[in-house]
Amino acid sequence: MKSSERDQRLPGSEATAPGGGEPMRRRGASDFSMVEPAEFTSYYGRNIVKPAPWEADIPAYLFSGGVAAGSSLLAAGASITGRDGLRRTGRLGAIVALGFSMAALVHDLGRPSRFLNMLRTVKLTSPMSVGTWILSTYGPFAAIAAAAELAGLLPEGATPSRLRGPLKLLRWVGRPAGLVAGVTAPPVAAYTAVLLSDTATPSWHEAYRELPFVFCGSAAAASGGLGMIGAPVAEAGPARTFALGGALVELAMEHRMEQSMGLTAEPLHHGKAGRLMKAAKALTVVGAVGTLLAGRSRAAAVASGAALLAGSACTRFGVFEAGMESARDPKYVVVPQRERIAREGPTRYVEKQ
Amino acid sequence: MVFRKNSLYGPVDPAAETGYDPHPPRKGFFTDTSVCIGCKACEVACKEWNEVPDDGFGMLGMSYDNTGNLNANTWRHVAFIEQPRRSGSPEAADGGMARAKAPPVELGMPAMGPDSDGATDTGHDKPDFRWLMSSDVCKHCTHAACLDVCPTGSLFRTEFGTVVVQDDICNGCGYCVAACPYGVIERRRGPEGAKNVGIAQKCTLCYDRLTVGEKPACAKACPTESIQFGDVEELRERANERVAQLHERGVMDARLYGNDPEDGVGGTGAFFLLLDEPEVYGLPPDPVVTTRDLPQMFNRATAAGLALLAGAVVSFLGRRS
Repeated sequence: MKSSERDQRLPGSEATAPGGGEPMRRRGASDFSMVEPAEFTSYYGRNIVKPAPWEADIPAYLFSGGVAAGSSLLAAGASITGRDGLRRTGRLGAIVALGFSMAALVHDLGRPSRFLNMLRTVKLTSPMSVGTWILSTYGPFAAIAAAAELAGLLPEGATPSRLRGPLKLLRWVGRPAGLVAGVTAPPVAAYTAVLLSDTATPSWHEAYRELPFVFCGSAAAASGGLGMIGAPVAEAGPARTFALGGALVELAMEHRMEQSMGLTAEPLHHGKAGRLMKAAKALTVVGAVGTLLAGRSRAAAVASGAALLAGSACTRFGVFEAGMESARDPKYVVVPQRERIAREGPTRYVEKQ
Repeated sequence: MVFRKNSLYGPVDPAAETGYDPHPPRKGFFTDTSVCIGCKACEVACKEWNEVPDDGFGMLGMSYDNTGNLNANTWRHVAFIEQPRRSGSPEAADGGMARAKAPPVELGMPAMGPDSDGATDTGHDKPDFRWLMSSDVCKHCTHAACLDVCPTGSLFRTEFGTVVVQDDICNGCGYCVAACPYGVIERRRGPEGAKNVGIAQKCTLCYDRLTVGEKPACAKACPTESIQFGDVEELRERANERVAQLHERGVMDARLYGNDPEDGVGGTGAFFLLLDEPEVYGLPPDPVVTTRDLPQMFNRATAAGLALLAGAVVSFLGRRS
């Protein structure tokens, strides 16, 4: 959103007075979209829906959750195919990312001390409740796998004798735990899209068709990138393929998402969100091309992996910011609803046959 | 994902759907804005009764409304709109009241403008603007997104079909704030030292008063009966009669908002008679509860998750290094 456009919403300006007459309608500038310039009325330019009271914690969580999920998948594959370096990167990357996620989630609560209230019920209608249970299922297995990895790093003979038994047990359960973590990881990456979409925030809700694919692609690109950074080049083949596939899915589905969102795609191109989405695309393309052409060079693998990680983070922050902007501007509530009324009349329940 | 019929969307009795059996009739508000005088007694009564903290006084400089919107510290909000006469429709500026056959209702309030000397009939001395006033409140939706997305169960459906926050359960996740299609519920930010800071807050339809047979504070305080409290079914009939009456008098702008059980939120427990488009009052023109699309969201996310799993498997297949 340009500053001149925001100025128009200040109280007292003729463009924002509510009602039906000419001076009361605001011409919504849209310099990118093919949508007709939108005219609409509002209550003194005030927002209708409220933006989520969430800060940078939440997009950071979306990103790190994706990294954790993808890393656990790579670690599981590496464990089956005997790639020790990739397995180690995956398991340790997953637990660091997961720990960061949990801290961000708790920090963002209005009453962090009541975090455990999430576990007093299971609600299928609440993506946040379902997500909490998904994390509660996945988390312990990822943690055991990571602990087993750390136990494996301890030099033989350096451990006190009474710890040898438990450590042996830990190393023994590491593999099955890692496999379970891998199988339970995809919902961790996918549910965050539903978390955003199941709201009245226009640019999040209207993205619900493609957003899970964007986020899962982004998770694969980021965790593949991390695998390329942490694992020896000779072992990182699957990480490169995973990253490349993820980057392609992310780019393609993001493009398609913008087509299907109508007017609510506009915030993805303006201001902070616009800059983030541009950066996300550029970084993801650069990372993918680097992976494809020079993934077997150590330096290029690290640089490409870092670009993919950064691109994934920019995607999450960009989608987050676009939604916040769409909630702050009544245009994105009123105009799409008005267009729908003009097209098909007011929403009325139709009994399914 | 399996849900009962219409548990996410469509007409349903919310209390029965929740499992109250038997339950008292659904309670709600019919706010008839055509008789609202913008006195804000409802705002004050609500604050007093519910101990909603003062959040400071700011001059918004837009109209006689210095409250701005519904939020954690404002559970009743009187919107005040000063509207110029619309070009090409001389009657529209006062909602067609100039053509009304019945004399204005005497409210015992100080008179103002040309109306005071009986110039109503001529129409020529009418002011070239109109004032719209409307007391907004939580809609207590049949399909309440705030309630459905709440991960702790803090938000719950009462036996009266209303939606209430349990302050001691809410952990302040803020999901309900983003889910409400009307922008009603909000996490309380302050003032410092106030109770329930960090917790989602909104109108309870005076749940405590309802349980002892009292009407909500705002309805009790309303001097013009713009805010009418009662059984939703009966209020819907009353609203239909009122809108027909206004149409008969030539007030063709009068329309109901939220009264239809087949609308995007399954009808609201608190609904309105408006004299202009909903967005003029800061209301969404055609809200749809976000959870209507939840089954599709679930399917899409499942497909994306499976694709991620398949992608990982494929990445490891057929490789030696």
